[in-house]
Amino acid sequence: MGDHHHGPAKGLTRWITTTNHKDIGSMYLWFSFAMFILGGAFAMIIRAELFQPGLQLVEPSFFNQMTTMHGLIMVFGAIMPSFVGLANWMIPMMIGAPDMALPRMNNLSFWILPPSFLMLASTLFMDGGAPQAGWTFYAPLSTTYAPPSVTFFIFSIHLLGASSIMGSINIIATVMNLRAPGMTYMKMPLFVWTWLITAFLLVAVMPVLAGAVTMMLMDVHFGTSFFSAAGGGDPVLFQHVFWFFGHPEVYIIILPAFGVVSQIIPTFSRKRLFGYDSMVYATASIAFLSFIVWAHHMFTVGMPVAGELFFMYATMLIAVPTGVKVFNWVTTMWRGSLTFETPMMFSIGFLILFTIGGFTGLMLSIAPVDFQYHDSYFVVAHFHYVMVAGAIFSMSAAIYYWLPKWCGRMYNEKMGQLHFWVSFVGFNLAFFPQHFVGLAGMPRRIPDYALQFTDFNMMSSIGAFIYGAAQILFLYNVIATIVSGKPTSEEKTWEGAEGLEWTIPTPAPYHTFETPPAVK
Amino acid sequence: MCFDVKRLYALAIGPVLMLMGLVSNGVWASESERSTVNMTPGVTEVGQQIYDLHMLILWICTIIGLLVFGVMFYSIYAHRKSKGAKASSFHESTTVEIAWTVVPFFILIAMAVPATKTLIEVYSFDDADLDIMVTGYQWKWKYEYLIDEGERVSFFSNLSTPQSEISNTEPKGEHYLREVDEPLVIPVNAKVRFLVTANDVIHSWWVPELAVKKDAIPGFINEAWTKPLKEGVYRGQCAELCGKDHGFMPIVVNVVSQDEYETWLASKQVEAAQVKQLMAQTFTFDELVERGKGVYERSCLACHGAKGEGGVGNAIAGSTIVTGEISTHLDIGINGVPGTAMQAFGGQLNDVDMAAVITYQRNAFGNNMGDIVQPIDVFNHKKG
Amino acid sequence: MLQLSKNPSIDTAVKLAGVTVVMFAFVFVVMVPLYDVLCDALGINGKTSGEAYTAVDAQVDTGRRIKIQFIASNNAGMPWEFGATVPMMKVHPGAVNDTLFFAKNPMPHAMVAQAVPSISPARATEYFHKTECFCFNQQPLDGESSAQMPLQFIVDQDLPADIKTITLSYTLFDVTDMAKSAIAKR
Repeated sequence: MGDHHHGPAKGLTRWITTTNHKDIGSMYLWFSFAMFILGGAFAMIIRAELFQPGLQLVEPSFFNQMTTMHGLIMVFGAIMPSFVGLANWMIPMMIGAPDMALPRMNNLSFWILPPSFLMLASTLFMDGGAPQAGWTFYAPLSTTYAPPSVTFFIFSIHLLGASSIMGSINIIATVMNLRAPGMTYMKMPLFVWTWLITAFLLVAVMPVLAGAVTMMLMDVHFGTSFFSAAGGGDPVLFQHVFWFFGHPEVYIIILPAFGVVSQIIPTFSRKRLFGYDSMVYATASIAFLSFIVWAHHMFTVGMPVAGELFFMYATMLIAVPTGVKVFNWVTTMWRGSLTFETPMMFSIGFLILFTIGGFTGLMLSIAPVDFQYHDSYFVVAHFHYVMVAGAIFSMSAAIYYWLPKWCGRMYNEKMGQLHFWVSFVGFNLAFFPQHFVGLAGMPRRIPDYALQFTDFNMMSSIGAFIYGAAQILFLYNVIATIVSGKPTSEEKTWEGAEGLEWTIPTPAPYHTFETPPAVK
Repeated sequence: MCFDVKRLYALAIGPVLMLMGLVSNGVWASESERSTVNMTPGVTEVGQQIYDLHMLILWICTIIGLLVFGVMFYSIYAHRKSKGAKASSFHESTTVEIAWTVVPFFILIAMAVPATKTLIEVYSFDDADLDIMVTGYQWKWKYEYLIDEGERVSFFSNLSTPQSEISNTEPKGEHYLREVDEPLVIPVNAKVRFLVTANDVIHSWWVPELAVKKDAIPGFINEAWTKPLKEGVYRGQCAELCGKDHGFMPIVVNVVSQDEYETWLASKQVEAAQVKQLMAQTFTFDELVERGKGVYERSCLACHGAKGEGGVGNAIAGSTIVTGEISTHLDIGINGVPGTAMQAFGGQLNDVDMAAVITYQRNAFGNNMGDIVQPIDVFNHKKG
Repeated sequence: MLQLSKNPSIDTAVKLAGVTVVMFAFVFVVMVPLYDVLCDALGINGKTSGEAYTAVDAQVDTGRRIKIQFIASNNAGMPWEFGATVPMMKVHPGAVNDTLFFAKNPMPHAMVAQAVPSISPARATEYFHKTECFCFNQQPLDGESSAQMPLQFIVDQDLPADIKTITLSYTLFDVTDMAKSAIAKR
């Protein structure tokens, strides 16, 4: 094979041509952080406008571009790539593999992202502006009534989808083929399990999104009528196709977060994860159920009552495996020996706040009551609880947890705690009041509101700014750690940590597990 | 344990039950002051059922949450390493897993039963006393009373909050962004069936106190119904992103006594008959242009020139207003430009003449817009 | 296995390209007729069967009257006058009913319209048989002319007992661009 252990290449070429899972993981993480800041900036504009009633800062049409781009960038640019980055870094190390199964495709999967997002962001400067039909871009607002940028938006989505699909194929191939001898499926860390299942979900539904946007493209440019009654089509068809993708998508977002938390809580409880087998089955059940609940996003669209009942029952059912997971995490903590370093704080925060989001999800699943919740701020509050306090808190936990292993330096614990507490307070101040205004009748996606919603909107905006500031603190923490954190060479950074990634040197060498380890 | 958990629960039960009772009675949602933190039970039976269901689920979730978080917080307190806790080694229990799978499943069934009942009730559409067609437009609502005998009454309902309030140059009124020029008027204690559709993109008609939210889909009709039990004014908003003024197309429903409703309807029918006359006069393009030429020569030529070249007034030929949006052009013709020599011709020209001259201007002098303004368009524009 | 080239990479590439072509063809050659057949059979999208409803046992159920409401509206940008000649009819299940809709094109140029039907309650769709409807075809109209458009329908005797009113709504769309060839022929 020849001796190629001369370390990574130098300069920019290294990053463009790398096939190393650690390099690619780092690129995904940094890219997603940049997207997080961009999407966050759009959120700041939104909350600044909503600070008071009246239109102060932006035109309604630009406001709609902001809400749309905030959603698209956060979902497709921040959350998804960040967890893919984590997968790239951690999966090979956790299963004792030297790299991902398809390293060159791995490189392509990442490098599709920057041009795709550049194209998406550039729509802000096009005639007619960026897409403004919401991240769910219902037709015909997003087809017949869309600005010219819709074509670039569709192209961007296609590229993102391709990147996700290739990444998922890579993960499946890696997990199925490259586990160290002795690591059976039921011995894999739960993070690997959740990503394996997520990868199958992605491969199944990303093509459906591609189908939806291709039909949009056809309607806009080639005279078809998929979503127009004029030619025999139906706008509701768009909603069905989109949400058939969209619902599994939100589980794609949260399942890896479940995996992260399932690694961290046992470490800081100094106790094995309770009910490993159940956790695997619960994750699989959630994934399966996620395919048959999509129309709970469409309860007000005029479905026959039988359909509404089916989707209501199926959606309610998801509460069962999700509850099982929450109970298992709590029981992991019970009679453990708990310490509360930053990763654990974020994980406990996740546990509390994601559960609250889960409860509002259960409320939303009750179809007749959803008639009052749908398209109100109650929904906005729900999904921010599960996606921000769920996925993002989990990602923050993961960074603090594994950063020492990645770069051989400890973060400053006090700064980490500060980041947690400011985030926790800011987040709840931003989103808890949104439950109230939603229940009181404030719709989504409006730049201005009736006077009775003023106080809670003001609170929400202040909370959002606080939360935003905390993420700048996060960026500082990460950079300060990498540049000047206290060096550490402890293999097992955390006393209670278990798993193959804690048996290699700190910082992790460029190539690890070139010989597979023995797994008992 | 360092505190008596049993005593704590015993002490807490009383106030908790009282709180539940207060909240369940909707004390935070009394009709006199609409709640800023909770859903409204509204003024319909179905709305009350929906509200009760909402509160039931909320309470079940709260109790489960308190239990789970209680265990967690206790663990955080009692099982700290710094307190000397030693980690146990148990890590699985099939019994427990089965228990906390089955018990939530039964709780869900308990929730699903009343939910199913309420949903079926919401879907019982027939036997309405009154049918109203609701059409969502960018960015206003149109209501059409589907009366079988006599004139069908139909009108647009636009936001009536002045732009100055929105742009913060005037203080905001009490019903800022939730007031309209022509509210929907329906009788109390009558079942009203709505047929909801849209003219352009998807909208959604939502009035929380009537417990109605239904998407308006272009090309299709959706059904919804309400039976308000109390007179009053009920406000709602569009609930599906429909473009730039999605936040500016509210709904106002006046629920009045049967007598008041009939009086109002009768007056609207008289208006409708007038409109129908005008509508009956749908002129052809050539008729309007010919008539408009005459109107132009009588009323506009003096200031705007025989060839539309301008003079005291701006040029009509190639004018950005005349070749721009019809509504802006009509607006100026009807309302004039205050502070200039351009008068408000709305009071001087009847709707047919106004339609004719606007059509003429848009198609003469090389403008060739190819569009057309009917008297009904002028009538509607004047109404707002 | 079929090997299309000695070079395995080219072999794979050719096969994958072939799959792409086949899938593309599948969309246009198979899916289009498949959609038509399924929508027709299941009555999806308000499509009621265009075939003649075999009224073999069509005994008129004189004991029952159903109110049929007619609604007509224009989609955005459609300038035609369009409406039902009568706002409603009371019919017996099983009876054949006729009514007319009127349309007028006030523009100076010819246009083509498509009427899209929608029925409420949705579950009445399969019991409402349009045996002749102007909505089956695109409707061309010369500039400044009008037309009376016929609708013939039968309400199925098996209409569920709890449905007493059926609302039939037509939305008129401007399909002039879509139907340029139809105009060229006029």
